[in-house]
Amino acid sequence: MQRLFSDFRRPSGQRPGAIWWSFIAVATVVVFALPQVLDLAQLLDLSVVFVLALLALSMSFLWGYVGILSFGQTAFFGLGGYVYAVAAMNWGDTTLPFLLGILVPLAFAALLGVFMVYGKISDIYFSVMTLVITLILNKAMRATSGDQYVIGDVRLNGQNGIPGVPPLQVPWNPTVTLFIDHVYYLSAALIVLVYVGLRLLLTTSFGRVLVGIRENERRIELLGYDARRYKFAAFALSGGVAGLSGTMFAIWGNFVAPEMFGLGQAAEVIIWVIVGGKSTLIGPIVGTGIIQYLTSWLGTQGVGQVTLVLGVVLVVFVLLFKEGLVPTLGSLIARLFGGRRKQGEAE
Amino acid sequence: MDTLLVYAYQVAFSFSIFILISLGLAVIFGMMKVINLAQGEFIMLGAYACVVCSAVGLPLWLAVPLAGVIVGAIGILVERTVIRFLYGRVLDTLLATWGLSLFLVGIVTTIAGPQSQSVPADLGGVSLGGLQVPAYSLVMIGGACAMLLGTYALWRFTSLGLIVRGTMQNPEMARALGTNTSMIYMFTFGFGSALTGLAGALLVPLFGAAPTMGLFYIAKAFIAVISGGPWPLLGTLSASSLYGTIDGVISYAFSSVLGEIAVLLVAIVMLRLLPQGITGRLRKGL
Repeated sequence: MQRLFSDFRRPSGQRPGAIWWSFIAVATVVVFALPQVLDLAQLLDLSVVFVLALLALSMSFLWGYVGILSFGQTAFFGLGGYVYAVAAMNWGDTTLPFLLGILVPLAFAALLGVFMVYGKISDIYFSVMTLVITLILNKAMRATSGDQYVIGDVRLNGQNGIPGVPPLQVPWNPTVTLFIDHVYYLSAALIVLVYVGLRLLLTTSFGRVLVGIRENERRIELLGYDARRYKFAAFALSGGVAGLSGTMFAIWGNFVAPEMFGLGQAAEVIIWVIVGGKSTLIGPIVGTGIIQYLTSWLGTQGVGQVTLVLGVVLVVFVLLFKEGLVPTLGSLIARLFGGRRKQGEAE
Repeated sequence: MDTLLVYAYQVAFSFSIFILISLGLAVIFGMMKVINLAQGEFIMLGAYACVVCSAVGLPLWLAVPLAGVIVGAIGILVERTVIRFLYGRVLDTLLATWGLSLFLVGIVTTIAGPQSQSVPADLGGVSLGGLQVPAYSLVMIGGACAMLLGTYALWRFTSLGLIVRGTMQNPEMARALGTNTSMIYMFTFGFGSALTGLAGALLVPLFGAAPTMGLFYIAKAFIAVISGGPWPLLGTLSASSLYGTIDGVISYAFSSVLGEIAVLLVAIVMLRLLPQGITGRLRKGL
């Protein structure tokens, strides 16, 4: 049990053990068995949790393991959605737009990385600058309501967003499109794959250097690593993951809107990651689920201002539960079981 | 000549907006190193305070300073309840003030409703080189300059300013010399908030007050203070001049959205060229 929880906490650079793998296997089976018991509306709710959890993962990977807090994830998220929407509506085919929805945000992140990572601006300026970029993109997209803002055949529509984004087609048979339950399976598969992928990446030598940068960037540089190159690569990678999340979001809702870039969206990502706990990769996934269901529950309870509650949640977590839910729970349980084990050893 | 005059007005106008929205942040972020993401909401609170004061019958010239005082008091309340636990934890101040900003937007929307409100200035218009401009905008430009000079004078020439600067530079030494640094932090945060509230109130006759208005200012404010560099006032002044010129010229020639995008692009390139900010290479200053 203690092993299980230590596998979820900050990686020691070791490969995860058998317990972790069996957890992944069980979770995968459960997630893929759920459509047997849930109806379509519940599947729809759960799919968006998985899609948004990808966004949360992209942020917590950068923040929890490389030590960079990037608000740009929301920008890459929105960009991915818009790129998929515009490309798919222009071309009719969806395979290439899906890939572009990942690659364009990745390239944009790389471009920003050239300026900001290689400019060696300090971490906190990095956070603020990425936030500013997100805000400006949001503003620019809102201002595109006129007829003259057209890409190909698609009007950008400003505030109103682009409705009728085509569903994803099966790559080898474009006449078949994905229905709600298929989107569920796809998003479930993606979240498992990206989670496992990032977790394993952190155990490679590349990942260990990243964690080293978080711990002490100067020391990593003195050891002969070019920290900027590693940060740059991590930033671009997380941009790609955020773009994937945005693309899936557009596919899930058949809709993109400037809110995807908005400050509200950026704040929600932060709250998912903070509530779940950024020092794990599983925490943000849990946090996304909790907050998503909390906000929709608050909506049904007739609480008009959900942001008011979210704001209070954020302040309380920063002041009182800095580590977030999963690490707090994890260390609690680990201490419980660890204590017992030590006694056993003493005997 | 006329065109030149119009451009000069546009530049002065953009410059004064930059100064107004970033001066409070220059104190709170530049001097105190508190990343206050609720800055835009402080502007919004100032605007609403001005609207409320006018609604109860106060004239505008009284409502504006009163709005500054009210927001200053709110700032002190925020500092005592949240910020003071977070000094030195830069990232946590950012997150906590973000929560605060969401909270403030939510609560003002609940109380005042989402629609925009305004207070007319009733000063008429002035003809500037063939362009009709509201006379109030000249008052606003003057107000921005007065706030900048006043803040500079307060920090530079008074003994209180000396104590504040000393405390920001080396709090332990200031404490050893008998300064109550906790009070100084509280005062400085309150002063920055008051400047921000004042700015919000000054903006009301031209831009109105709405719960989400903070969003429109926060990005510009941070750009100005960050590219200003380590000397808050001088840096903010020079960054505001630079971005005010770019924004004013491009907004007038093309569109205001293009003006903002141009400002952002220049800001990113500037960060690459001068990562320490415009005043990064100066040895001393304020």
